[in-house]
Amino acid sequence: MKKLKYALFTGCTAKQSTPEQMMSTMAVARKLDIEMIELTEASCCGASHLQDYDDFLSLVLNARNIAYAEKHGLTMVTICNTCQLNTAMTKHRLDNNADLKAKVNEKLAEIGLEYKGTSNVIHFLYAIIDDFGLDKIKEMVVKPLSQFNIAPFYGCHNIRPSELHNESHKTKENPYNPTSLDDLIIACGAKNVDYEEKNKCCGFHVELQAPHTAAVLTGNAIAGATDQNADMMVTPCPLCHLKLDTQTKHASEAIGREVSLPVLHMQQMVGLALGCTPAELGLQHHVTDVNFI
Amino acid sequence: MSTNTITTQKVNFKVFRFNADNDYLPYYENYTMDVTSEEVVLDILNRIKWDHDGSFSYRRSCRHGICGACAIKVNGRSTLACKESMTTMIEYFGNEITLEPLSTKRAIKDMIIDKADFWEKHASVTPYLVADIDECPSCENLVSPHDAEELNEADLCIQCGACHYACPAVEINSDFFGPAAFAAAYRFEADVRDNDANRLSYVNEEKQGVWDCVKCYECAEVCPKDINPIDKITKLHQMAFKKGVAKNNVATRHAVGFLHSIKKHGLLDEGGLVLYSEGPSIVKHIPVALQMFKKGKIVMPWNMPKSDKLDEIQKLIKSSSTVKF
Repeated sequence: MKKLKYALFTGCTAKQSTPEQMMSTMAVARKLDIEMIELTEASCCGASHLQDYDDFLSLVLNARNIAYAEKHGLTMVTICNTCQLNTAMTKHRLDNNADLKAKVNEKLAEIGLEYKGTSNVIHFLYAIIDDFGLDKIKEMVVKPLSQFNIAPFYGCHNIRPSELHNESHKTKENPYNPTSLDDLIIACGAKNVDYEEKNKCCGFHVELQAPHTAAVLTGNAIAGATDQNADMMVTPCPLCHLKLDTQTKHASEAIGREVSLPVLHMQQMVGLALGCTPAELGLQHHVTDVNFI
Repeated sequence: MSTNTITTQKVNFKVFRFNADNDYLPYYENYTMDVTSEEVVLDILNRIKWDHDGSFSYRRSCRHGICGACAIKVNGRSTLACKESMTTMIEYFGNEITLEPLSTKRAIKDMIIDKADFWEKHASVTPYLVADIDECPSCENLVSPHDAEELNEADLCIQCGACHYACPAVEINSDFFGPAAFAAAYRFEADVRDNDANRLSYVNEEKQGVWDCVKCYECAEVCPKDINPIDKITKLHQMAFKKGVAKNNVATRHAVGFLHSIKKHGLLDEGGLVLYSEGPSIVKHIPVALQMFKKGKIVMPWNMPKSDKLDEIQKLIKSSSTVKF
């Protein structure tokens, strides 16, 4: 197989509140011999909040990020569901509206860039599954996680809106019964846990303005996984991770029940199965301890 | 073989049953049926009533996806029964299908729910045209095709409630208007003839308004008319800033804070955003912030990473900004 090479859009949390996500992404890329060219010029995607304020500006900034991936001639890989949503949404809108694309390009011309629409935008989860291949991952597992029940938490912006997902990724995902993360859990040798909240919202985006709503959603998710005997959860989204890992106190208060589970980033789970050390994957950076691995 | 061949398969239905007049608790009845590839969910409801139990109750009327009466939940997914094909449902969920009302908490009889909360919220956003139009106009009040496009098909909403009862924010926060009411509010806010002075600020109030939307896209996924309610919610956010009705509160500062942060760093400054949004209320985040700090999850302001070629980003912000707050 030809060596895989991507333009990596890290997003903002990987550089701040989830350093372990960056560490584990690079560790897994090394193990899988995937070359990552980090888009150090990239700006924040707006996280769908800048989009609430200034739609056109958010399009221009995201188009600039994609334009840098295009300059490298590479597919852009995101490691955050919300980065994936906002970047892929920008691509979708510009590719389907020539007038809008021209307006955005008029602005990008000021800095000598052009958005062409030549680079795909995919989440790292699907790069692993579609481009690298689940079977190959399975073959490479040296430390199967066979003693663990792992609950997948998909995160909204990877699976909804489903049209956008299907446009970006080869693996088609049923938004009501997604399977990619379950498949990856099984490939890592663990048992996947089925529970009602696996495709639900974690509440991250309203944590400041509607803390109760946010905390109940987080609490319900952890409680749902716990009730189906999960030992831990796994998510491809650092924003979901922040909620599930750091907000257990508020979540427990909101639902009137003590809830807390270790939560892995998707990359950490794969890394553990491939034999990376916990320190290499940044497990020491979790607020809810992952100390039994 | 022709692709139009009608196929049949066995499906087990688990059907929610409840009669508020007699039953203390709801229960589920099981029916196994041969389902053809041509049937829609409403056909199944009809067959349960006609072939199995005449007391089975559900709302239905037009059978053409326009009256909005027959929305129910199939395996937890809001579905307009007369529009959704069983083939798609089997594709989604396999051969074990659960039929429930849109909200089991609001069930009156079987699939029939008390939709009062939906209608109250819908009515409260002034879902009609407010305009100084002469009662006996001498000419038509024309809307150009260009202006009509601004509605973004929000006028196609049939008030079926599929999105409302799929919305997790509605479920948790009973004040929250919900996606259908917002789509209705947008439909009139976007109408060039409308001059209602209060609607936009009303749907931008905290707790009840658009700022409590969790951005899960459940509404966009379930809408049988492809109205994409969250797109209308986003537009109501933008309108509030454009028309100057956005109040200075934690939610609006949360949105504007992204601009300030990107201008300064290219990236989002997480701590800076929380400080900007919360102001003095930031103290309530200190306990969690301390835990995060201990685990190396907080970057100090003097170590804040910056995007390369920040000057490009700043230049674009200057030339491409369309809103002022």
